[in-house]
Amino acid sequence: MTVSLVLIVIMAALFACGVYAMLERSLTRVLIGFLLLGNAANLLLLVVMGDPGAAPFYGTEGATSDPLPQALTLTAIVITFAVSAFLLALIYRSWQLGQADTFTDDEADIAVRERALAHEAAMDAEAEFLRDDAVTDFVGVDTAPITVLGSRDFSGIVDDAPSDRPASRRPPADGGDPS
Amino acid sequence: MTALVPLLATLPLLGAAIALIAGRHRRVQVGVSIVTLSLVLIIAAVLLYVVDTGGQPLAVSVGGWPVPFGIVLYVDRLAALLVVVSSIVLLAVLLFSVGQGAADGDDETPVSIFHPSYLILAAGIFTAFIAGDLFNLYVGFEILLVASYVLITLGSTESRIRTGVVYIVVSLVSSILFLAAIAMIYGALGTVNMAQISERMAELPPDTQLLLHLMLLLAFSIKAAVFPLSFWLPDSYPTAPAPVTAVFAGLLTKVGVYALIRTETQLFSDSDVNVLLMIVALATMIVGVLGAVAQAELKRILSFTLVSHVGYMVFGLAIATPAAIGATIYYMVHHIVVQTTLFLAIGLVERRAGSTSILRVKGLMRAAPVIALLYFIPAINLGGLPPFSGFIGKYALFDAAAQVGTPIMMVLIVGGIVTSLLTLYALMRAWNLSFWREEDDSTETESRISYLGSAPAAGIKTERRVIPLIMTTTTAGMVAVTIALTVFAGPLYDLCARIGDSLLEPVTLTQLQDEVGQ
Repeated sequence: MTVSLVLIVIMAALFACGVYAMLERSLTRVLIGFLLLGNAANLLLLVVMGDPGAAPFYGTEGATSDPLPQALTLTAIVITFAVSAFLLALIYRSWQLGQADTFTDDEADIAVRERALAHEAAMDAEAEFLRDDAVTDFVGVDTAPITVLGSRDFSGIVDDAPSDRPASRRPPADGGDPS
Repeated sequence: MTALVPLLATLPLLGAAIALIAGRHRRVQVGVSIVTLSLVLIIAAVLLYVVDTGGQPLAVSVGGWPVPFGIVLYVDRLAALLVVVSSIVLLAVLLFSVGQGAADGDDETPVSIFHPSYLILAAGIFTAFIAGDLFNLYVGFEILLVASYVLITLGSTESRIRTGVVYIVVSLVSSILFLAAIAMIYGALGTVNMAQISERMAELPPDTQLLLHLMLLLAFSIKAAVFPLSFWLPDSYPTAPAPVTAVFAGLLTKVGVYALIRTETQLFSDSDVNVLLMIVALATMIVGVLGAVAQAELKRILSFTLVSHVGYMVFGLAIATPAAIGATIYYMVHHIVVQTTLFLAIGLVERRAGSTSILRVKGLMRAAPVIALLYFIPAINLGGLPPFSGFIGKYALFDAAAQVGTPIMMVLIVGGIVTSLLTLYALMRAWNLSFWREEDDSTETESRISYLGSAPAAGIKTERRVIPLIMTTTTAGMVAVTIALTVFAGPLYDLCARIGDSLLEPVTLTQLQDEVGQ
């Protein structure tokens, strides 16, 4: 069986980029990495399908291609789609909660680091390095990245759903706006 | 009889649909969930009886496609036994969570989502157990994983989102690896049917076999939390609600172990990575239990012992004699039940004492003797004290290893014994501090355990709440099941030994075709 080299090269590139993107702290990039990995795996299924150029699943003459990997790919695409929808919801919730879509250190990590710091001043430099300041990809965006049109104003201004704004950044109440 | 097989997967899905529609009526949801899981339990028990007495596995070709091409559902003794055990566990945890939800008035967790997700999780677990081809196993994994994503982030509080992200990203990576492995196996062998794979695998060159083998092992080891791929587990499980943690700890890693068993016995009976597995098993046992010793919070201690005890099952797989496989399966059943029971008991402790930190909680023995008993019995069982099932399982494993008798087996036996003792140490220290210590204890003990003070969640405090009777009763029922595993160890162990024998002679494609009548 002959295999398209282009497909293999693209697949390898997608796998590499996907892994690289998934190693980021920003959840949006993790999502992009996951999408790349998912597509790379689907391409791999296409590669193993057999010789290129055959009729997709039904042909009166000549070779037909193997339908089973197509079924597998379709299933995998649906699963990837559903999981990315869930990830988007998760990222949005994470943004709502902390105005950040990055992954933070967990308490065990912090405890280990603090214990090490107490013993060794030399760890300072590394701990400083780990304290990542870039918390979000949506730099300079004061409101939610997803905007919902308010019913009141269509005159060019959009406002956010009330819950989109984390409590700390909510503007002070001006005269008890009931919306 | 074969008509019952697809019901194992479809009934919970149907129940989930009904529960979702009845989202506003809590009683309907509860009723639907309990009825569905009870039905599955009955069907699985019938199937186990039929398969065990008949000696022939049941196979169904879904949609009537010819066997190597279509989806095959396949129930042998192993699948039937695991479906029975997991439906018992799922049912018990469901009752526990119903009790908890009724007492809390459901204001914290959006219960309309809980029941459908829980049933879909059950459907995924059962699908994975009865899958006859690799891709259907993948689909089963995905069903249970997606449901578990929802359950682990239930309520979407900040800590649950944070730990949920770890869990979800790690699971995604393992799923992609699994999918890539399936694609490569299909490329090499032209099939995803497990029976056909095991027939054709011998024709491949050894290095290709090894590559495919390691890909699958990698994907399943992440799910089964085998060291060094177990880092995600102690981080993500403790923050979830108590019933969710209980069912995750009992079942989700075991689905990974089940996939490992199938890989080692059926798919790659020729390819041999047993030495690698032994090293990994030893590291899993020791590193996991050392983690447990360093923790000061009950849920974290248990999560680490969960990791370390997966090592025993990998150990059993690595010995790869029929006796060892049988012992592995007995240990797996024991561990599913005991780990779930312990997490349920910790759920009771959390409600009674308002904390799960062993530094904060004290005097429970006097204040709540029932909870103390419900913790103590599964704890010494997990620690491997005779006469309980943990001892029987470990003894069977060590016996199988000693029969092989190579030096590395001896090292692993010693490692297993050390792990068992350290597990006992970690659990009994928690017992001494939280249950045995008097409420007005002097500060002398506290100065001796001050090194634990900087452990994560050492000072965490939650709300004290009433414990409804149904939660205690359910936990007591699970403790009774753990004792039943000991009392009926003879018949159960014979069944596991039969499974071990039959697994090493995997079913062939022609047998499978005969079975579905083609």
